[in-house]
Amino acid sequence: MSIIRTEHLTHVYSEGTPFRSAGIEDINLEIERGEMVGVIGHTGSGKSTLIQHLNGLLKPTSGRVFIDGEDIWADPKQIRRFRFKVGLVFQYPEYQLFEETVFKDIAFGPGNMGLAPEEIERRVHDAVQFVGLSPDTLQKSPFELSGGQKRRVAIAGVIAMEPEVLILDEPCAGLDPRGRDQILGQIREYHEERGSTVLIVSHSMEDIAKFAHKVLVMNGAHVFDYDTVDRIFSRADEIEAMGLSIPQITRVFMGLRARGLDVPANVYTVEQGREAFLKAYRAKGGAAGA
Amino acid sequence: MLKDITLGQYFPGNSAIHRMDPRMKIILTLVYIAMLFAVSNPLGLPVAFAVPLAAFLIARIPLGMALKTLKPMIPIVLFTAVLNMFFVDGVVLWQWSFFRITVDGLYFAGMMATRILLLVLGTALLTYTTSPISLTDGIERLLSPLKRIHFPAHELAMMMTIALRFIPTLIEETDKIMSAQKARGADLESGGLIERAKALIPILIPLFVSAFRRAEELALAMECRCYRGGEGRTRMKQLHLGPVDWISAAVMAAGLAAILLINLFVPSVI
Repeated sequence: MSIIRTEHLTHVYSEGTPFRSAGIEDINLEIERGEMVGVIGHTGSGKSTLIQHLNGLLKPTSGRVFIDGEDIWADPKQIRRFRFKVGLVFQYPEYQLFEETVFKDIAFGPGNMGLAPEEIERRVHDAVQFVGLSPDTLQKSPFELSGGQKRRVAIAGVIAMEPEVLILDEPCAGLDPRGRDQILGQIREYHEERGSTVLIVSHSMEDIAKFAHKVLVMNGAHVFDYDTVDRIFSRADEIEAMGLSIPQITRVFMGLRARGLDVPANVYTVEQGREAFLKAYRAKGGAAGA
Repeated sequence: MLKDITLGQYFPGNSAIHRMDPRMKIILTLVYIAMLFAVSNPLGLPVAFAVPLAAFLIARIPLGMALKTLKPMIPIVLFTAVLNMFFVDGVVLWQWSFFRITVDGLYFAGMMATRILLLVLGTALLTYTTSPISLTDGIERLLSPLKRIHFPAHELAMMMTIALRFIPTLIEETDKIMSAQKARGADLESGGLIERAKALIPILIPLFVSAFRRAEELALAMECRCYRGGEGRTRMKQLHLGPVDWISAAVMAAGLAAILLINLFVPSVI
């Protein structure tokens, strides 16, 4: 059974006023358990609106959301249960830190779940390890950390709830290339170790191609496509037409194919590109040692 | 949900009233308030009513919007009217134990209610037709003579402008922080008073932190552009008193004169 399912999910902002605008319209989605999904689409395409429905922060104007087969709005009083099941890390999450110490801040989520103190402590330590913070930061004030560290603390705050689905909205926004690779690497590690479903919203096709199995492309309040990375990038022309970029290396290889070279079309990372290039080079009878 | 709060009620337009100098608009509004309280003869009320009505029509502000500003005033108006009705001495119309309604009471109640409603209408006209920026601009210029006694007129106006500018930003920020904490299971809707107050801490602290951060960034950006307060500062848009301003002033003066004359020479109906 799919972990996330939506049926005709529609959200309209400012209904009944001249400012009426559809955030998302008629979204029918099924995401399997354990999937690592990249969500892409340009500003205003409905990405943020969609993810805020998955943990019940926004209530659908019409349509339904099922988590683990349960309609999350069946009993509005129980909505917090789904917030713990579907952890959502907002964009620039470091601005939500408020406690005196990093430990207390990460413990805020698990504390709201009503867990025992020992369990909370275990989860905080696990979460800190996952995001790659050293345990001695736990007793520091979150406000004396660097930007990148704060971001990790905030992500740890959601991971500590051990949600079955982890959704991150632009987790790398404003980080340097090294920081973004580290954070994405840690998220992937978390995904692999826990087997939990992860959704990453990103503007960067490069990042998504590197880390995700499947891609959800949003365009103009609708789902343009939800499929594997290969199949999504095979529609590169359409994706570029809606103003999204495909990875540079993919474009290079598409150009090579267009010029009649026998290279694969599904090249998304520089490493893959190197392999493919060497293979093609050898096939043409180039020096084996190249 | 927080976005639904409307602050300021500027109704953009390009009418003569909109184009008036904000200084003149502020002064005339003050004169109008004084005029309202100068009315002692009910026959002066039509004059007091005609002034804002004409202005609303010229400014092309829908009457529905004007009435909307009056709506929240109804309880206050009723309260004042009822107080006046029962507690003014005079010719008794109706009596029940110690409650009594007098003719004078009714008269005062009516006058008071009309005054308050016209007062709100008149001041609403100012905020409807003047953008917050030009309003603070006008206030600054009007207060500038006080600079001689070291009153920080420019700084005050700048503070007002910045505050107005940041209200929507802070509302948006609060919304975001609330969502983020709710995503971590914060319960903002249930519990007793103390629990609810406690539940605000995870929202207020990040909000203050971000407000201070923004303030610092803004201060830095202003300093980078060599901002150093009002001293020797010139303006891109000079305020000029044009014909419209003088005509409006003349109309208001005529209205005030009419009311004073009615007070003095026309016998009151009551």
